Amino acid sequence: MDGNEAVGHVAYRTNEVIAIYPITPSSPMGEWADEWAAHGIPNIWGTVPSVVEMQSEGGAAGAIHGALQTGSLSTTFTASQGLLLMIPNMFKIAGELTPTVFHIAARSIATHALSIFGDHSDVMAARSTGWAMLCSNSVQEAHDCALIAQAAALDTRVPFLHFFDGFRTSHEVAKIELLTDDDLRALIDEARVFEHRARALSPDRPVLRGTAQNPDVFFQAREACNPFYNVCPDIVQRAMDKFAALTGRAYHLFDYHGAPNADRVIVLMGSGCEAAQETVDCLTQRGERVGLLKVRLYRPFDMARFVAALPASTTKIAVLDRTKEPGATGEPLYQDVLTALREKGRPVSTVVGGRYGLSSKEFTPAMAKAVFDNLAAAEPRNHFTVGINDDVTQTSLDFDPKFSTESDRTVRAVFYGLGSDGTVGANKNSIKIIGEDTDNYAQGYFVYDSKKSGSTTVSHLRFGPEPIHSTYLVSQANFVACHQPIFLERYDILQDAIPGGAFLLNTPYSAEEVWDKLPRVYQEHMVNKKLKMCVIDAVKVARESGMGGRINTVMQVCFFAMSGVLPREEAIEAIKRSIQKTYGKKGEEIVQMNLKAVDKTLEHLHEVKVPARIGSRIELPPPVPREAPEFVREVLGEIIGGRGDQLPVSKLPCDGTFPMATTRWEKRNIALEIPVWDAAICIQCGKCAMVCPHGVIRAKVYEPSDLAGAPAAFKSVDARDRDWKGLKFTIQIAPEDCTGCALCVDVCPAKNKSEPRLKAINMAAQPPLRGQEANNWDFFLRIPEMDRRRLKVGSIPHQQLQQPLFEFSGACAGCGETPYVKLVSQLFGDRAIVANATGCSSIYGGNLPTTPWATNADGRGPAWCNSLFEDNAEFGLGFRVSIDKQKEFASEKLQALAPQVGDELVRAILTAEQRDEAGIFEQRQRVATLKDKLARLDSPDARRLLSLADVLVKKSVWIMGGDGWAYDIGFGGLDHVLASRLNVNVLVLDTEVYSNTGGQMSKATPRGAVAKFAAGGKPVVKKDLGRIAMTYGHVYVASVAMGARDEHTLRAFLEAESYEGPSLIIAYSHCIAHGINMSTAMQNQKTAVNSGQWLLYRFDPRRVAQGENPLQLDSRAPKQKVMDFLMMENRFKMLLKSDPERAKRLFQEAQADAERRYKRFEYLATWKPNGQKPPVDGPQPATPTPASTPPATQAI
Amino acid sequence: MDLRTTYLNMTLRTPLVVSACGPLSEDIDNIRRLEDAGASAVVLYSLFEEQLRLERHELEHHLTAGTESFPEALTYFPEPLQFSLGPEEYLKHVARAKETVDIPIIASLNGSTAGGWTDFAHKLQQAGADALELNIYYIPSGVRLSGAEVEKTYVDIVKAVKGVVSIPVAVKLSPFFSNMANMAKQLDDAGADALVLFNRFYQPDIDLEELEVKPSVILSTPHALRLPMRWIAILFGRVDADLAATSGIHHAPDVLKMLMAGADVTMLCSTLLAHGIEHIRVIENEMGAWMEEHWYESVRQLKGSLSQMRCPDPSAFERAQYMRALTTYEPT
Repeated sequence: MDGNEAVGHVAYRTNEVIAIYPITPSSPMGEWADEWAAHGIPNIWGTVPSVVEMQSEGGAAGAIHGALQTGSLSTTFTASQGLLLMIPNMFKIAGELTPTVFHIAARSIATHALSIFGDHSDVMAARSTGWAMLCSNSVQEAHDCALIAQAAALDTRVPFLHFFDGFRTSHEVAKIELLTDDDLRALIDEARVFEHRARALSPDRPVLRGTAQNPDVFFQAREACNPFYNVCPDIVQRAMDKFAALTGRAYHLFDYHGAPNADRVIVLMGSGCEAAQETVDCLTQRGERVGLLKVRLYRPFDMARFVAALPASTTKIAVLDRTKEPGATGEPLYQDVLTALREKGRPVSTVVGGRYGLSSKEFTPAMAKAVFDNLAAAEPRNHFTVGINDDVTQTSLDFDPKFSTESDRTVRAVFYGLGSDGTVGANKNSIKIIGEDTDNYAQGYFVYDSKKSGSTTVSHLRFGPEPIHSTYLVSQANFVACHQPIFLERYDILQDAIPGGAFLLNTPYSAEEVWDKLPRVYQEHMVNKKLKMCVIDAVKVARESGMGGRINTVMQVCFFAMSGVLPREEAIEAIKRSIQKTYGKKGEEIVQMNLKAVDKTLEHLHEVKVPARIGSRIELPPPVPREAPEFVREVLGEIIGGRGDQLPVSKLPCDGTFPMATTRWEKRNIALEIPVWDAAICIQCGKCAMVCPHGVIRAKVYEPSDLAGAPAAFKSVDARDRDWKGLKFTIQIAPEDCTGCALCVDVCPAKNKSEPRLKAINMAAQPPLRGQEANNWDFFLRIPEMDRRRLKVGSIPHQQLQQPLFEFSGACAGCGETPYVKLVSQLFGDRAIVANATGCSSIYGGNLPTTPWATNADGRGPAWCNSLFEDNAEFGLGFRVSIDKQKEFASEKLQALAPQVGDELVRAILTAEQRDEAGIFEQRQRVATLKDKLARLDSPDARRLLSLADVLVKKSVWIMGGDGWAYDIGFGGLDHVLASRLNVNVLVLDTEVYSNTGGQMSKATPRGAVAKFAAGGKPVVKKDLGRIAMTYGHVYVASVAMGARDEHTLRAFLEAESYEGPSLIIAYSHCIAHGINMSTAMQNQKTAVNSGQWLLYRFDPRRVAQGENPLQLDSRAPKQKVMDFLMMENRFKMLLKSDPERAKRLFQEAQADAERRYKRFEYLATWKPNGQKPPVDGPQPATPTPASTPPATQAI
Repeated sequence: MDLRTTYLNMTLRTPLVVSACGPLSEDIDNIRRLEDAGASAVVLYSLFEEQLRLERHELEHHLTAGTESFPEALTYFPEPLQFSLGPEEYLKHVARAKETVDIPIIASLNGSTAGGWTDFAHKLQQAGADALELNIYYIPSGVRLSGAEVEKTYVDIVKAVKGVVSIPVAVKLSPFFSNMANMAKQLDDAGADALVLFNRFYQPDIDLEELEVKPSVILSTPHALRLPMRWIAILFGRVDADLAATSGIHHAPDVLKMLMAGADVTMLCSTLLAHGIEHIRVIENEMGAWMEEHWYESVRQLKGSLSQMRCPDPSAFERAQYMRALTTYEPT
């Protein structure tokens, strides 16, 4: 199992109330807890824990605080920013000496950038809270220490942070010895549980906590807890000793490993200890006097035990911290070590500190050795870094990447796969088989892509008879598998193969043909390293077995057949048993399909006779084209090519600022099929371009003369629109950027009359079209964009001629969010500033290596920034206030400078309406003139105005994020921003779950939907965010669904942006987390609207001034049943299969919800501001409103 | 009045059986209402062979799509301990129906290929079904597929299912065979305990606006009963299997005609959808009244009285009758 499950297992069984909230990489602990509770699994006292999802980590901490105060055993799981949000409560919980354990999958804190990966910056930020901090270094240790922490917390009354490295430990799959419930019971002293209960708040024996204290006693009272901290280390050690007696696995507050007479010692904590231990073992065998001191109990820091744990011979110490504190005298552990040595009077000649492993940066034996080597130097470097090349401040230690401590007895395998082909799942299964069917130890670690479509996965597996301490990626592989032939042209996969190793390739080519198809570098590796190679056409075998594109089982069989980890027959039997176990509950058909694949595989696996000659002329292409800008080539290109680890500090921006429009340089070629335009059938409606989630379908209208030099295959027809008479029209596809989602084909309304299965846009195989269409695309890009002033933006065929300034994102193929984001970029992108909440949109919008926000030919485009998850509305409000203030200041200076720059220009600038593209254009012209004039003036005010003049052109502030942000964690802030009356545009991309973290329930999740944290189907109705916002009266609110009515969506976006106050657009966004056919997902949107599951409406406060009802219900009365919609989506359907009775009840309630909602909106929309009663039956308005004289804005 | 009949080795109170139809038998409460209205047995809605297969694939697809690709979202759904997939749910439904009513419950399997679903027939028996109806819905469209091969498929399916169950098995089939009588005999020989004549192939329709071919369900009309009536009349006494009439039976006269042609039971569906479940009682009452009026004492007397074997003019069911129909037809 992985670290998260190992920890969750203990935490679940030893607690009663569990508050959860999703955050990577700790989410799975909460998911497990929710699932176990849904399955009715009891804790060690025989009761099923209550698992409650909260609206934020702050909320979870508050709930835990309350549960603890009322005497329950309570826990939670979190990481990174989530832990930061818990800190205020953590101070309280510790101050009240309340026993609990928070389990932390330690992760980087967002600074210059967000990172989901592991380091200790989060837990180190919590070290002043008064919590004990216990660190685990491996999956087994995390499992064990979860229990030790729980027992010790109850014994000491000091709350514990139990932490382990995010991803490296939380997601590593390892074979561990599982603690039994008896083990758990044996370690936890139930008398302490009763004491905890006795301290609980109860009206039967009331006490008061949470008083306010004054200067006279606060200080003394704060010191009153000292005895508990003083005995805490002893109690933890006692728990560890008791645990050792129980299980045989011994832990100490500080564990020394290495030469008894070591002179050089590394001190560190976390998974890095494992790699350091391997290094120490290797170096001591060579006779070096080195050692490693693992810190387990970091707080309270037991200085005496620390010093006692050091060998007497120690003269030099290097302390490694997995965090960074800029400006400090050193990182925290380093400072603690210095203090301990000094206070305990322990003479050591040298103590140095260094940083390693930030954001899961590899920490290898080579790096650990470099640290020892540094200590051996005459003048060891202090405040160093290791693992990177710091060529700016020269902090980094050099290391020899070839240094390896891998054991010959350990089989090491690397698998390159696609997310969609099931490679990772198969490898996890292989670990299970080897772990369960043999005495071998097993380890699996999986590296994923940052893209959500066509993503590459690299699996790193180790198996062997000895315990595995290698907490770093495999770089000396006995076995390398390439599960997708496309990788051959992307990566030098065989660079990690050791001589004599094996190479497995999935390819359509036979064993005889394949050699000539290999790039030269592959042939070189094969010949020089004398690799054994086998090929299989796994796609063919999988298809013939009914498994479609999932080649997982086929490749798994090949691995066992080639690697010899198990005897072949034994392995096949084990795989078959595992298939029965894994797929049994999904039905016999699925089992049989997999078994068939197993049986067919071996007959298709063929060994390649490797020739001695290297004859290939195929070279690996550069990761980005040679004509790409320097930064893209030298930095982003290296990241794409898998060489980001080698980039030196000087190549990276110092403040997180990156250039725009870089996705266009990363040609991913992930689509098997791409759309092909049939100009003769096309009605030029623009719908295909509008729904394209990746901005790969573009339309242009242009002068016939622009066709000069067009490639022969370039398609062009006369433009049909009356406004474009005499002009030409083209729809062009970016073949190498398309994900092949086929949404465009599904929405195309134009059918081929003679063959109605064909439309004006149809899917065709990409490879034969790639070269031709790439040429066409290049030519297309060179055709000038249509002058925006000539476009009627309210009409889709016109509007879609606007250039998307959001293109080729890494979103899922068929994403339901990105068409809205792209629409904003088209309509307002050249003057937009975007505040983006953390979530899917911040990841596909801002995750390296390349980012989709782009600029137009003038260099203008949406400026974009992600602050946090919880503060996005406030962040965007900050933009608005700031811009408005600057505009005010600029206007003041402009008026003051009128004599110098001219009254007429000043008046024109200050009174410009800027309502449309023409108005914006003219204002830009005026500001350009102004800047010219200012540049020639030599006065402080002129310089001040020059620095701000651009702000005089209207700016559009957009606040974007998902429903997790808007409905839950950021709701308080969003509410405040909407109440502010400031001119901001809020776009809620409502997927009805936390999509980015894997589909957890939010308050936007509809009733009856199965989601993580709602394994039994959500029992309550979706929150009506739009109606809440309408209560202010001054907020423009729209609810849209592009797939249902695209022109409605367009109108709402235009109205929202034109409204000079807060606007809220709630955009239905289908999502892969709904379990739907993504290529026809716009039909789901349509059915959602037709059934009343989703309403279309607009609430425009401006209408009140005209005596009109501000609310317009744009949905017609439902003509389908909600059930028609629910049955299109697995999130609902699967409840029918897991709990049919509950499903039927919830679905009936969902139907009632829809009917009630429609009636309510119908009632509100028919209300007349002049006092007339609405003509329909319905609930009375919650807030009576003045009838005769409508206010400037009107609430409903 | 003795309205009893026998069908599939069971004695039924009347020949009025409810045929396989989702809206009528998906809900346990409806099954109770059917019994209350006088149905003598209920054939449950059909479990489709495709359902057995495709539903599992669909679930597997949606549970795995997009998983293990992106580090923050390695899965998108919680995984229940077990799934109650269509077939399992159907088994539970059979058991619940048996608990709820006293009349026989006949499970229905709808498919077109041999293998795969025979195993499930056994489970239906274990779940308590009194009998099984196999609805073999096969549209052979291969231009090189011979009639003999098509017929063999039918026979193989029946043999396979008969091999795994001990409860009676009825076979519902279409009339589209070169020689319906021979096909019926082959199925009779293969062990079919009853033949249900005929299932109605839902014919697709063309949507002129959308330029699409769409499935279209049209309820049967009383005219539809002529086809099964003819073949029941021909087969009566020539096969051992019981005969059930289905299609176009809307009112009491329809039932009476079918019984006279030789049916052991008549299957009701469209008429109940149109007139409500309580219409069974109306048919039964009217049927009883007619029989009383015409001095009949029992259904047994009626059964097969106007079959080809017993009717005054056997040629009426054959080609000769066609000739007569044309000659007596006068254009208006």
